[in-house]
Amino acid sequence: MAFKIDVQNLNLFYGEKQALFNVSLGLPASQTTALIGPSGCGKSSFLRCLNRMNDVVPNLHLEGKVLLDGKDIYDPSVDVVDLRSHVGMVFQKPNPFPRSIYENVAYGPRIHRLFKDKSALDQIVEKSLTRAGLWDEVKDRLQQAATRLSGGQQQRLCIARAIAVNPKVILMDEPCSALDPIATAKIEELIDELREKFTLVIVTHNLQQAARISQKTAFFHSGYLVEAGETGELFTTPKDERTQGYITGRYG
Amino acid sequence: MRSLWVERCAKVFFFLCAVGTVLISIGIVVSLLGETFRFFARVSVFDFLFGLTWAPHTLPSGEEVGFGAIPLFTGTLLITSIAMAIALPCGTLIAVYLSEYARPSLRQVFKPLLETLAGIPTLVYGFFAITTLAPFFQSLGDTLYITLSSESALIAGLVMGIMILPYMSSLCEDALHRLPHSLREGSVGLGATASETILRVLLPAAFPSLIAAFLLSLSRAIGETMIVVMAAGLAANLTFNPLEAVTTVTVQIVNLLTGDQEFDNTKTLAAFGLGFVLFILTFFLNILALYGIKRHRRIYG
Ligand SMILES: Nc1ncnc2c1ncn2[C@@H]1O[C@H](COP(=O)(O)OP(=O)(O)OP(=O)(O)O)[C@@H](O)[C@H]1O
Ligand SMILES: [Mg+2]
Repeated sequence: MAFKIDVQNLNLFYGEKQALFNVSLGLPASQTTALIGPSGCGKSSFLRCLNRMNDVVPNLHLEGKVLLDGKDIYDPSVDVVDLRSHVGMVFQKPNPFPRSIYENVAYGPRIHRLFKDKSALDQIVEKSLTRAGLWDEVKDRLQQAATRLSGGQQQRLCIARAIAVNPKVILMDEPCSALDPIATAKIEELIDELREKFTLVIVTHNLQQAARISQKTAFFHSGYLVEAGETGELFTTPKDERTQGYITGRYG
Repeated sequence: MRSLWVERCAKVFFFLCAVGTVLISIGIVVSLLGETFRFFARVSVFDFLFGLTWAPHTLPSGEEVGFGAIPLFTGTLLITSIAMAIALPCGTLIAVYLSEYARPSLRQVFKPLLETLAGIPTLVYGFFAITTLAPFFQSLGDTLYITLSSESALIAGLVMGIMILPYMSSLCEDALHRLPHSLREGSVGLGATASETILRVLLPAAFPSLIAAFLLSLSRAIGETMIVVMAAGLAANLTFNPLEAVTTVTVQIVNLLTGDQEFDNTKTLAAFGLGFVLFILTFFLNILALYGIKRHRRIYG
């Protein structure tokens, strides 16, 4: 199978401290891959390597390859800004800009000049909000401050904001950890729908969630990728005893 | 029981503090108003607010003339505009550089330095500016065949602008640095460049704090009278030409109050009139700023 993103022998160092050890993982297109593992095992670090969000971290050092559609994103010729427009990110805590709902979604299309005129931009905004399942709730108050939305609505707005630039891949770092069960259910539903069009990678501490929404799961432990495979298989017949221990709740 | 008693006492104490502050403020306004009314009994409000010549003196007939304050208003406006035209862009740019572009190690050195500089009485910079900058600009003017008097509004404004620069940039830097890191990540994660993030996300988000920084600096600039006494001088010319000498409201207040005149002299009372106008001006400036911030909150949350 052709992978959308193919990570090969990735080693990551924060100064002297190594956070990822020789990780190789393929992320299949149009699927959701879940990253699980105990706290501090390097899930976020791994995720942030995929759109070079780590670039600003001082003393960061990286070895190995991250191929997006076959091209290494750490090649010196790669334009980081362009890369991030193809690989979007949704964060743990909803972080809407302190502007109107409309302007939040229009932000990406504006900086990448993805539209011809105002009505085209309106369409992008409507389409993105609809895909994120937020349109009906906000269509009458697009000019209202985004920060006044509820936490769950804010997170869906952030997803709409990421979708609006039409990325190939969307990375999500514990997108539901600040949300209640109902808002979480909405976002899980959304992730399932988005999968057809985007390749999704999601970090989660919720194993049921990983089982519900992902097709592939990767288990990390102390910076090593212990095991990765088809979600159903990994949860029912784990090969490594550390995986077994984690998913049965013996530690983590 | 004990803690309840303490709470109650604290409450009363803080209430008294709050009431005291308000009462003192009211007292100041009332006394200012009183003196102002006495002044306007001698000089008409119209002559004061719209008169074009400022040269207070008494005619042999005993009539008091020359209380037209317009040249003072224009002088104040001219000098503070020049000062702000320097402090606002430079201050914001310094803040943006330190907060967003400078390496953390560099910021660690420069930020405390800037704060220390901001704490030094601005008068000190003023003195420096007068003894070194003013002659520099004068000689620069000479080479360009422009006669720049050392008392020109341009030099006074420049000095004032440089004087408040450390204060202004330190306040603006605080405003930017306080913004949550998640805002930057959100923008950069969408493929925005650093400059796009600053222009479209960070500066708008910090806008109310930047306005506050601007107003604080402005009032500090207006308050620093002595520097203008030294630089701008006392000539009450009605002009918008920055190369000419002008004077300001605060300088004239000092000028009217110094010397051993009696306290119910018309000149002394005129100082209260000027003070009252300044009060009204800054009052409305603050209301305007509050309104702007409120409006901004409604849009940006
Ligand atoms: N900016 C950084 N500088 C230095 N060390 C870091 C940095 N970010 C992460 N680390 C270290 O790298 C390791 C992996 O951290 P990471 O945030 O990737 O874990 P995680 O799996 O996402 O954990 P959690 O589930 O708690 O979010 C940790 O030991 C952490 O201390
Ligand atoms: Mg994490």
